[in-house]
Amino acid sequence: MLEIKNLNVTVEEKQILKNLNLNIGKGEVHAIMGPNGSGKSTIAHTLAGKPNYNVESGEVNLNGEDLLSKDPYERSLNGLFLAFQYPIELPGVTNASYLKQIVNAHRKSRKETPIDAGEFLKILKEKSKLLDIPMDMHSRFVNTGFSGGEKKKNEVLQMDLLDPSLIIMDETDSGLDVDALKTTADAINKLRNDERSFIIITHYLRLLEYIEPDYVHVFQNGSVIETGDKTLASRIDQEGYS
Amino acid sequence: MNKVNKDNFTQEKYKYGFVTEIESEKIPKGLNEDVIKLISKKKNEPEWMLEWRLSAFKRLENMSVPKWAKAEIDEIDFQDLYYYSSPKDFKEKPKSLDEVDPKLLETYEKLGIPLKEQKVLAGVAVDAVFDSVSVATTFKEKLNEIGVIFCPISEAIQKHPELVKKYIGSVIPVTDHFYATLNSAVFSDGSFVYIPKGVKCPMELSTYFRINASETGQFERTLIIADEGSYVSYLEGCTAPMRDENQLHAANVELVALDDAEIKYSTVQNWYPGDENGKGGIYNFVTKRGLCKGKNSKISWTQIETGSAITWKYPSCILRGDNSTGEFYSVAITNNYQQADTGTKMIHLGKNTKSRIISKGISAGKSSNTYRGLVSFHKKAKNAKNFTQCDSLLVGSECKANTIPLTENSSNSSSIEHEATTSKISDEQLFYCMQRGLDAEEAQSLIVNGFCKEVLQKLPMEFAVEAQKLVSISLEGSVG
Ligand SMILES: Nc1ncnc2c1ncn2[C@@H]1O[C@H](COP(=O)(O)OP(=O)(O)OP(=O)(O)O)[C@@H](O)[C@H]1O
Ligand SMILES: [Mg+2]
Repeated sequence: MLEIKNLNVTVEEKQILKNLNLNIGKGEVHAIMGPNGSGKSTIAHTLAGKPNYNVESGEVNLNGEDLLSKDPYERSLNGLFLAFQYPIELPGVTNASYLKQIVNAHRKSRKETPIDAGEFLKILKEKSKLLDIPMDMHSRFVNTGFSGGEKKKNEVLQMDLLDPSLIIMDETDSGLDVDALKTTADAINKLRNDERSFIIITHYLRLLEYIEPDYVHVFQNGSVIETGDKTLASRIDQEGYS
Repeated sequence: MNKVNKDNFTQEKYKYGFVTEIESEKIPKGLNEDVIKLISKKKNEPEWMLEWRLSAFKRLENMSVPKWAKAEIDEIDFQDLYYYSSPKDFKEKPKSLDEVDPKLLETYEKLGIPLKEQKVLAGVAVDAVFDSVSVATTFKEKLNEIGVIFCPISEAIQKHPELVKKYIGSVIPVTDHFYATLNSAVFSDGSFVYIPKGVKCPMELSTYFRINASETGQFERTLIIADEGSYVSYLEGCTAPMRDENQLHAANVELVALDDAEIKYSTVQNWYPGDENGKGGIYNFVTKRGLCKGKNSKISWTQIETGSAITWKYPSCILRGDNSTGEFYSVAITNNYQQADTGTKMIHLGKNTKSRIISKGISAGKSSNTYRGLVSFHKKAKNAKNFTQCDSLLVGSECKANTIPLTENSSNSSSIEHEATTSKISDEQLFYCMQRGLDAEEAQSLIVNGFCKEVLQKLPMEFAVEAQKLVSISLEGSVG
């Protein structure tokens, strides 16, 4: 469903991604590991369409369509979801109304009517419970003053609400305590199905023990230097990258 | 992003810019005694009112246009303006809506203010001011039954001279400053409200100001009196046609709250702001002042300022009564070449007086947005308290925001708390929202509405949603 061909990306005139190639099939889970600064977040941002991530050459197709010519919001409406490594705070905007608005944006693009307030509350309760998110968090401002772990859970909640077909998680496990990691991983596993693909960026084997990847890729200097199955993650965990 | 739509946005942006094709009757251009006499005559005013106007005019001759505001303004030729314009044959205000020119009814319908009683917003009484005259007032009789007077000020001058005489100019002295004095000399129409003792006004009262005629100034005069233990919530709205010229709206609004009374005054100001290049637009030079005359009284100003080429406006509270409270909640949005210089003055005279100021300035385009405020504690203002919060939000990098909060303190038991922030909508925030499916405009309006929600919530419920939309519309075309 996702094909990345010979992708070269510069940020602030510095080349970060170099001739990157990656293919993700429907329903597959791919893990990306690699040292700090190797370009993992850069590929995530590039796929999501972050401004100032300049694609110098290469191609990306999602479900047979050119992804790179689309605006970030169109990519989202087409099913791409990026869980941020550092979720952004939106002071003044209450989480509940924000969540409802993004759900409605997706409904609108599917030509559905805005969600009924009662129904939304019901779904929100259900999904929050799954992630162990207290309801009063929704009356606070989006990510504002949330703890590191709460922010990450809020990302997973949005992921669950928007029903994406391609999920990119950028270090969603970092910052979660052991129990939260398990709850979150369980929730993510519930989202796994034959239609939905995952790119999981992580530094730790632990998450991959909960969510078993089909492939593990190692990033170095902006390209994939090795691909293997989940045993590659164990090897890295023991031996490191060098 | 959204390049395709952008042109549409700018065209759709100011949807109140139409002109009503109606014959008007004007008093010849110019500012002199004869013009003032004619205005007074057109309004059938008693002698004392004319005297009052003329004495203001005498004072005006020795005054000059203020230069203190942080605004760039083309000089106004006060002799080259019409001071009075009314629909033709408008001798006396129609007794019923059936007598109102259908073109006028249609105009207000188009503005979203239906005047026919079966169609009006339930719970909102409207006074409709068109150029220099009030053309209709709804629910007047119903309000009369409980003793509430809600009528054009021109009518109040004839029917309730004792009240008008007692209070007009009692809050804004005739000689206050140039524009206030000018208004006192040439004011045309506005609303008059009197809430009797102990009455909680059961409806929202509102006045809708419309400028239609060209080269004409509008000189609104509004006077609201809340007698002991009464309550009223009042809202004004303003729009004008799109024109290349700058037009002047110079208003005087006076509020008086007696013992235990409360006045809540809200404004949604959406005068034509001029085009993307700064051509045209209303000069909105307004003097608004409330007197908390009685003990435990309260006056609360809420304003959503999105229109006008230039806005100078400082709705203020004089807290004379002990334990009285003044509040100012403001959202001022400037885009393109708009200039807004707005804020408040809280003058603490009585004991235990409290004031609260929340100002949210949003600047986009090449606009400039200034908060200017004064909190003053007089000697007798024991235990007075003020809280001020001024937040500025910048959209883009070519706009300006200033915060000028002044304080004067002669009372040693009082306290002032001041907070100020300046922030930008970050690209990170926009990208985050867009990653979740909101387009650039939606993302921006979500963040901006979040920024000013605290103030928007202060508006009467009937208008809050409308104001939210207005906030978003005012910034359209400003996303990079
Ligand atoms: N705006 C920028 N300007 C200059 N360099 C940048 C910019 N953004 C990213 N980089 C550089 O690009 C490289 C790759 O960054 P990236 O965030 O993709 O790394 P990462 O693999 O996600 O690392 P980590 O594991 O620490 O999250 C780094 O060297 C980083 O400093
Ligand atoms: Mg990273």
